[in-house]
Amino acid sequence: MSIEVKNLIKSFDDQVVINDISFKVDDGEILAIIGFSGSGKSTVLKLISGLIPRDSGEIITSDGDIAMVFQYSALFDSLNVADNISFALRERKDLRKLYTEEQLHDIVEQKLELVGLQGIENKYPSELSGGMQKRVSFARAIVTEPNTILYDEPTAGLDPMSSTLIEDYIVRLKHETNAASIVVTHQMSTIKRTADRVIMLYDGKIVFAGTTEELLKQDTPYSKQFVTGALEGPMKMKV
Amino acid sequence: MVTFAQYFKKSTTYRIFSAILTNMASFLSTIGQISQVGVRMVKRMFVDGISWKELMEQCERFGISSLPITLSIVGMTSIIVASQVANEMVKQGGSAFIGMLMTILIVREVGAVMSGFAQTSMIGSSLAAELATMRVTEQIDAIDVLGVDSVGYLFIPRVLSGILMMPVVVIIASVFGVILGGVASNIFSGLSYRAYFTSVWLGLYMKDLCVCILKGAVFGGTIALISCTCGYFANGGAKGVGLATTKAVVWSFIAIVIWDMIFAMLFFF
Repeated sequence: MSIEVKNLIKSFDDQVVINDISFKVDDGEILAIIGFSGSGKSTVLKLISGLIPRDSGEIITSDGDIAMVFQYSALFDSLNVADNISFALRERKDLRKLYTEEQLHDIVEQKLELVGLQGIENKYPSELSGGMQKRVSFARAIVTEPNTILYDEPTAGLDPMSSTLIEDYIVRLKHETNAASIVVTHQMSTIKRTADRVIMLYDGKIVFAGTTEELLKQDTPYSKQFVTGALEGPMKMKV
Repeated sequence: MVTFAQYFKKSTTYRIFSAILTNMASFLSTIGQISQVGVRMVKRMFVDGISWKELMEQCERFGISSLPITLSIVGMTSIIVASQVANEMVKQGGSAFIGMLMTILIVREVGAVMSGFAQTSMIGSSLAAELATMRVTEQIDAIDVLGVDSVGYLFIPRVLSGILMMPVVVIIASVFGVILGGVASNIFSGLSYRAYFTSVWLGLYMKDLCVCILKGAVFGGTIALISCTCGYFANGGAKGVGLATTKAVVWSFIAIVIWDMIFAMLFFF
């Protein structure tokens, strides 16, 4: 077991956003958290990564780092690609004295090669396309060799080919790192191509849990409505 | 039928009180945030140390890039004051004290306060906008997720550079102000440079210089801390960045005036 979430609850002001959810993700497994916009998917990732405090419940993770790939890459504008990727190794107190400049250079090259972006070390984020920024953020996330990787809408806003490339990297990273991964998405292609298991959130609760195949079978009203994108069904859009 | 409560809620009095209370709440919340990050920053400084490379970059930003604007503002203020004062002093037979008066005025007040205002407009606003943009684009979240303390990483070099560089800026600006005061006195009142600069030494006290340096350090640290805090706690996209920047400039101006009053009461009463 790499991540276990038990009875997690989170409210903002008086509104309960995550309402008593529990799930597990094993090493080398990809769990997709799906749901319509505003269902609390990204909040779950922020709770797991510790960016926001939970109201109650437990989040148990194996020892090791948690990495996160953000929806809009969140690369540091003022640093070039090499410095973005090696940021944690340079700035973290427990890591910064472990590597020489040459070693850092080699690590950056190796991580860029893993995401298929050799030779862009000296470029700045503003000089890269959205897809390339996303891949650099993958390289930055895995630089500390984490055992948990969280992806927040990794293919949002990308063209179909870039999305396919990103989805392939998610699967590749799973095999390379054996990390437990959680992908928050509402893109069907990302779910189909990356996820081993799926949970669906609606109104802060899990309304569907199963394999990707089970989701695609549309056996439940929730899975049917999500896959078909129908307006009629148990889930009501907030307008 | 309109009840009294409904009527009152639409009244100007209600809106004025509501705005005052909202501002007070915002003020208290900002004070709380500043204390929170200030304590965290000091803790991180002892735990993580200081990134010298980052500190040098911020010192350049605080000291060198803002100097032309600061010199312009302090210089122009000195010219305006000298043009008003010198004529009257000459008429009253006090030519021998113009340099002294200008020096006391600039070293004790104008140099530090006007430099503080200039730094707030230029550096404070840019610090707030920078951190607010980092917040709304999740760059600060990324720093934290990567295991680096965002307050330590972002605040320590910026606040330290304010504390270290602002006294230098204030001293340079004050010297520049005193010199321009002499030029203005010469042009507007025909006062000789010799008469002006001879009396400058009469108004130059070691205590004033020390207080001037101390004021610079306190103003610099305050501007950086307030601006970084306003940016760090920004939210809500582009509008949030704008609000954080405005808040940083307003609170920094107020803080400078409050600090100046405290300094005046502590050292000159």
